[in-house]
Amino acid sequence: MSRAALLVLADGRFPAGGHAHSGGAEAAVKAGRVTGAASLEDFCRGRLHTAGRVSAALAAAAVLGVDPVRLDAAADARTPSPALRATARKLGRQLMRAARATWPSSELDALAREFPKGAHQPVVLGLAARAAGLGALDAAYCAAYESVSGPASATVRLLSLDPFDATGVLARLAPELDLVADQAVEAARECVDAGVDALPAASAPLLEISAEAHAAWAVRLFAS
Amino acid sequence: MHLDHSHDGPAAVSADARRPDGTRRALRIGLGGPVGSGKTATVAALCRALRDELSLAVVTNDIYTREDAEFLLREAVLPPERITAVETGACPHTAIRDDISANLEAVEDLEDEVGPLDLILVESGGDNLTATFSRGLVDAQIFVIDVAGGDDIPRKGGPGVTTADLLVVNKTDLAPYVGSDLGRMAADAKAQRAELPVVFQSLRAESGVRDVADWVRKQLAAWTA
Ligand SMILES: Nc1nc2c(ncn2[C@@H]2O[C@H](COP(=O)(O)OP(=O)(O)OP(=O)(O)O)[C@@H](O)[C@H]2O)c(=O)[nH]1
Ligand SMILES: [Mg+2]
Repeated sequence: MSRAALLVLADGRFPAGGHAHSGGAEAAVKAGRVTGAASLEDFCRGRLHTAGRVSAALAAAAVLGVDPVRLDAAADARTPSPALRATARKLGRQLMRAARATWPSSELDALAREFPKGAHQPVVLGLAARAAGLGALDAAYCAAYESVSGPASATVRLLSLDPFDATGVLARLAPELDLVADQAVEAARECVDAGVDALPAASAPLLEISAEAHAAWAVRLFAS
Repeated sequence: MHLDHSHDGPAAVSADARRPDGTRRALRIGLGGPVGSGKTATVAALCRALRDELSLAVVTNDIYTREDAEFLLREAVLPPERITAVETGACPHTAIRDDISANLEAVEDLEDEVGPLDLILVESGGDNLTATFSRGLVDAQIFVIDVAGGDDIPRKGGPGVTTADLLVVNKTDLAPYVGSDLGRMAADAKAQRAELPVVFQSLRAESGVRDVADWVRKQLAAWTA
């Protein structure tokens, strides 16, 4: 395996559609909940420990060989908002395209056949990491980091926030990312024997509710 | 892990000229250019000119609304199932150049859902003079500028003006009112583009989109040859 493949997969410029999504930041900005670097940090911390934690565990479990179809159903069950489920599948489909072109693999091909309109993005992310020769912890890091890097870069555009402040937020969250990634791998290992119920099911009601509202806006900068 | 590039499975990847079932996919033509230059108006006119002879669809890339798609729907240039809007996350050039995944998905869904298509027009959100389409997304691109945006734009060049497969200088009817020198624009465009074609058009004139439609027909003939 090449550890450097993780840099390719985690790069914000990896062409998998993420740039059009704010991870809930656009709705939070509009509602006045994110107004600057400090509140962005709170928002990202909340997302990391809920959506981020679940995504990281799903991705790690996919790397460990847990059946992706069962993982996809587990992701559905952990995502109450239909708008967020649709977004996760859209992003999963886009990641699938990029991953298949980058690291051709029969497992990715099989998942694409099973879910022509997209499986949940963290499940695809796990199989993409596996195709790239990466491990469960790598995939968990990738998912956890994406859960905060998306909102941070979107907020730079939404609030004209100083980009150095946004990067500082991400750097300050790094120790918590370590923790979430480690715990995600632990849960994923448990899931190998105990099934998908061993995966975390943390959820942020406000993220789910505001995603529904956001999906109905007529004018918005980001798709989610 | 296998490293051949057969890409079996439901989705073709990027620029592959064949769909997974082996049939040839639709020709994809991108329309880019500055805000308000007449991209949507040109797309609408092309649909009206070509819809009786070709199976057509349109993808719009709106920056923060669905206005372009809604305009095309309102004008009923095509049935609604043939028009798709892509959301670009505040960055129109990213969606047509650096990360084309949402647009490829839209293109693919149109081909899957409305059946065999000859031509898909992809309109970029209005952007700057450097915004060009990736070759992974389109087979040919049209850059649309207008005479009212300043008659020095062809001289300034930039990737859109210099490298697009067709440069359209639109709204020639407005030239007298904004003091644009069409002769100078033509000479500058020639200097920037050498043999690449340039069309001057006014969609308010009788001839309308005729020259651009002829160019599209030629592209299509070459694609299916
Ligand atoms: N006079 C004149 N007006 C035109 C012509 N072509 C387009 N327009 C008008 O110019 C305006 C902008 O045209 P659009 O087609 O919406 O421009 P666009 O490039 O799609 O704009 P964005 O998508 O917002 O970047 C509209 O009011 C059109 O009716 C033309 O040839 N002559
Ligand atoms: Mg337009």
